[in-house]
Amino acid sequence: MGFRVKARVMEEDDIRRAVRRIAHEIVERNRGASNLVLVGIRTRGVPLSSRIAEAVSSIEGVEVPVGRLDITLYRDDLHTLEQPVVKETYLPHDLEGKNVVIVDDVLYTGRSVRAAMDAIIDFGRPATIQLAVLVDRGHRELPIRADYVGKNLPTSREEKVKVSLKEVDGEDAVYIGYPD
Amino acid sequence: MVGEAGERRHLLDVDDLAPEDLERVLETARSFSEVMRRPIKKVPSLRGKTVVNLFYEPSTRTRLSFEVAAKRLSADVLNFTATTSSVEKGESLKDTALTLRAMGVDAVVIRHPVAGAPWLLRRWLDVTVLNAGDGMHAHPTQALLDLFTMRERLGDLEGKTIAYVGDILHSRVARSGFKACLAMGMKVLAVAPPTLLPPVVPEGVEVSYDLDEVIPRCDVLYMLRVQKERLLEGRFPSPQEYSRFYQLNMERLKAARPGVVVMHPGPMNRGMEISSEVADAPHAAVNAQVAAGVAVRMAVLFLLLGTGERGD
Repeated sequence: MGFRVKARVMEEDDIRRAVRRIAHEIVERNRGASNLVLVGIRTRGVPLSSRIAEAVSSIEGVEVPVGRLDITLYRDDLHTLEQPVVKETYLPHDLEGKNVVIVDDVLYTGRSVRAAMDAIIDFGRPATIQLAVLVDRGHRELPIRADYVGKNLPTSREEKVKVSLKEVDGEDAVYIGYPD
Repeated sequence: MVGEAGERRHLLDVDDLAPEDLERVLETARSFSEVMRRPIKKVPSLRGKTVVNLFYEPSTRTRLSFEVAAKRLSADVLNFTATTSSVEKGESLKDTALTLRAMGVDAVVIRHPVAGAPWLLRRWLDVTVLNAGDGMHAHPTQALLDLFTMRERLGDLEGKTIAYVGDILHSRVARSGFKACLAMGMKVLAVAPPTLLPPVVPEGVEVSYDLDEVIPRCDVLYMLRVQKERLLEGRFPSPQEYSRFYQLNMERLKAARPGVVVMHPGPMNRGMEISSEVADAPHAAVNAQVAAGVAVRMAVLFLLLGTGERGD
């Protein structure tokens, strides 16, 4: 699907600062980083989770385990997808009793997060599941909210939000625009 | 595998898959083999779907493999085996098919002694049909799990050499395997005594009667089961004679390439087509094939049933 840009709403520096702030908030809320596991939702939640983990490590001086989650098998709209690609899920740790932070680029309807929570619970019983997103664009369809938000971005349903990350797209930026 | 808009998708033989579909099945299977290592080996992708195993021929591992695969995707599974059902009372395939249609199942996995039975089923039923082996004709999921196993061991298969050894004439495993291996760009050999070879082999398959000459050239040695009935048909003089020329044993394995992969569709006749030591040697990928069977069948069921039906 194509994308027509209306505005560039976050620059590289904005993303860097947002990641840094989210890392501080995670450490504050969880009183340190010792019991923490970050889990990125594929695709762009994965590099974001690595960046947050790095920032947390630099604040607290401990390594934070990072996992990646493919939610395809848990989606509620599978019947509408033509030939989705199922990628591997990797979780570094037994999740039993951990504070798990799900990381995604954009929070919209909340359905991806629902799927991610179901998947994570099949791997064990975390003490808590929290949610960090770079952009919250509103329009929830489920009772789900983020614990850590990089930027609240009011949008209309017709608009699209596109997060570009160096690891995937070659640049750091957030755009708002329309599907082409 | 991708049907025209709105068309049902089936897997009747390997040719139903375009090269990119083949790739997609193998890639998806890789992800499912990760699912099989999870504490909860079950995902909700086929919740609410019903899969029927319709088996007119005895089979342990294929039926169990399909059953486990479907259950791990959260589908409901019905097992219908010829000896326990009304087939004994003479119900025809067509009537059974119509019964299943009336029950509203989503997919039928069929094994049947008559070649072409899955194609008949597809004509009669408006459900997804998967061929789990028909007569001496085709066994596509076996071919796919074999490709998967070979790829795990050997990496890229293009240019690699495989020899199918044994009763090729009666083997649906070899027939579907030839197509699958050729599609991956492999060099394919058929090795057997003349009495166990079909009159015609597909284009691109090289025939040999001499196992010892072939072994040093191969990356994969695929041993086929030789049934005792073939002896009664006079296709070879004695089991001893067969194993003297065509059994893979430790002596012969010495002539093989270091990383050679030994495969067998099971169940093995130890001491006939394969010696017991070879069957238990690290070269043998027989157990890996069984594990791959579940992952590949999950991938096929998921891609045929779990995803959108329309090409939009």
